[in-house]
Amino acid sequence: MPTIYPVASLRADPPSLAPDYVSTRKRAPSKPLVLLPHTLSELTGPVYGHESVVEGDDDLTRQHTGEPLGERIIVSGRVTDESGRPVPNALIEIWQANAAGRYVHVKDVHDAPLDPNFTGAGRVVTDGDGRYRFTTIKPGAYPWRNHHNAWRPAHIHLSLFGPSFLTRVVTQLYFPGDPLLALDPIFLSIPDERARSRLISQFDIETTRPEWALGYRFDIVLRGREATPVEEPHDD
Amino acid sequence: MTDGPDGGEVITPSQTVGPFFAYCLTPSAYKYRQVFSSDLTAHGAEGRRIHIEGRVLDGDGELVPDAIIEIWQADAAGAYARADQGANAAFRGFGRAECDGEGRFAFTTVKPGRVPGPGGASQAPHINVGVFARGLLKRLFTRIYFADEANEADPILALVPEGRRPTLMAEPSSAGSTHYTFDIRLQGDAETVFFEA
Repeated sequence: MPTIYPVASLRADPPSLAPDYVSTRKRAPSKPLVLLPHTLSELTGPVYGHESVVEGDDDLTRQHTGEPLGERIIVSGRVTDESGRPVPNALIEIWQANAAGRYVHVKDVHDAPLDPNFTGAGRVVTDGDGRYRFTTIKPGAYPWRNHHNAWRPAHIHLSLFGPSFLTRVVTQLYFPGDPLLALDPIFLSIPDERARSRLISQFDIETTRPEWALGYRFDIVLRGREATPVEEPHDD
Repeated sequence: MTDGPDGGEVITPSQTVGPFFAYCLTPSAYKYRQVFSSDLTAHGAEGRRIHIEGRVLDGDGELVPDAIIEIWQADAAGAYARADQGANAAFRGFGRAECDGEGRFAFTTVKPGRVPGPGGASQAPHINVGVFARGLLKRLFTRIYFADEANEADPILALVPEGRRPTLMAEPSSAGSTHYTFDIRLQGDAETVFFEA
């Protein structure tokens, strides 16, 4: 059998039940999880790379006839595994609220304006060195009904496929200095402070484009260690 | 940040998919190109076509209308799609479906073959399942087995308490039918078995 991914790495994740995030109370499993050996079923995974994206998917500010309102930003970073090795050709799906904190989704009833020039959905694929970059608008905070006067910190949703079923992750990117982070039960559900800090992007003057857009850096670490995988893709 | 287990890097932790993912992840109702489908046979696939329908229910038995289900499976011969086949593989083995307003999801696919398991054992036909939703801070991971297959010697089912194994079985609507039902119960007495891996 191939070497398995370290299960201990999953300690970075939040628990399923985080009672302050009220929706977890009736949706979190109550019975013990069954620990699974890593078989071919877990160590393989769907491969969706460059053919999944088309031109313009990586620029959420250019998907309509006009320019969206808000603060234009460039988010970039590198996707690596736990050993620091790059994860190339990995699809990242991106979605977010607009600058006013309103989602295009039909069920979002927040009393804030939609922007006819902003949908808030994008896709990007990492290059051979695991790097990615997309351009968007800084999302606004928005209220939710978890508790009295609850507001989500500004965030961008990211969905990643790594090389296997076990590297699949959906997460959220936050912004530095956001005072709502200290009050957000979703962010605070992550017990480990170092793991939480993974989700806070960093302002980056190097990727800031003069006269155009602020840069934020967001590096992503997927599961997987040296000696982990699995099979060479061409060995049979 | 190198303080993960065994000196590795701390992984990026999971966060909930939230309630508003559809216009990116399952955007057929929005004007955004769809990459993933709930019909895994759309590009042609060898094998026996099957339909799997189910519901997602919470700890009160209420239907969950805002979940998203992903599946990953071997083809009818028991082979998983590989990176070097890329988009040329007729059967890519991955599907995605959102629940409708009544908590129902559906996939069209082929019955997977047996695949290698631990220690040279073979695993009964199964489909890997990931569940995401508002209120789920991380993906829930389960498997669909088939009640009409020979599951007795499956090495993974053997790890599951016998009384809970039926929660992993897709049931054919009648003997020999290609329509299966598989409900996902997130919490409670009849809770679906979820795995950690």
